[in-house]
Amino acid sequence: MKMLLRRNPLVCRQIVELATEYLDGSLPRSQRRRFEAHLAGCPHCTEYLAQMRTTIRLTGRLAEDDLTPEMEDDLTEVYRRWRAEED
Amino acid sequence: MLRLASTFVNSTAVAEEVVQDTWLAVLRGIDGFAGRSSFKTWLLSILVNRAKSTGVRERRSLATGDAGPAVDGARFDATGAWMSPPQHWVEDSDDRMVAEGAGEMLGLALERLPPRQRAVVLLRDVDGLSSEEVCLALEISEGNQRVLLHRGRSQLRRALEDCVRV
Repeated sequence: MKMLLRRNPLVCRQIVELATEYLDGSLPRSQRRRFEAHLAGCPHCTEYLAQMRTTIRLTGRLAEDDLTPEMEDDLTEVYRRWRAEED
Repeated sequence: MLRLASTFVNSTAVAEEVVQDTWLAVLRGIDGFAGRSSFKTWLLSILVNRAKSTGVRERRSLATGDAGPAVDGARFDATGAWMSPPQHWVEDSDDRMVAEGAGEMLGLALERLPPRQRAVVLLRDVDGLSSEEVCLALEISEGNQRVLLHRGRSQLRRALEDCVRV
């Protein structure tokens, strides 16, 4: 633990490469602490992370425009039948 | 589904065939669905398997995607600190960004991603699947999934950054 704390702090270039793991909650605890310690003192990386969050939210709004209403009905029907057989 | 199928095959016509084919397989194989995964994951894994085998017949190799950094290295100084930091755009609301064309820009950037990155971003961020479900559907490792997602999302952020800046 002491060794980890004494390690060099993370730099901005490393932060942007760890952003996805951080947002997914998959950084090991010690790494997560170093990440957050950097964020606390770096407005640029805080902005970068906010932009990643915005990007993810906006991507989530891209419509599933390739399902025709017919296909959706098909899917609903298949799903209903499957549920009925399970019960 | 069509978008996902298109990441594995060349033409829209072939992708449409793959989607049709998937529905047939689903209708025939509904009994084979044992509830091991969500219905959506199961459906998508059938699609991916069909698209993959069709894609392999169509062309032997899949693009592996670029291995570049999330942000252009020239934007950092020698110590790795920002030299050209990102400009502030969080106070722009999502609605305003979409109204100003961010959605179309994002859609285009998504289409331009290398196929494997596109498939992962589509499933995670558009369809909202978990990382476990994506690994199952695409038959890739957790580490692989994370790297593809990271590269894909980083490119999309860059595309938005260019669009907000202009």
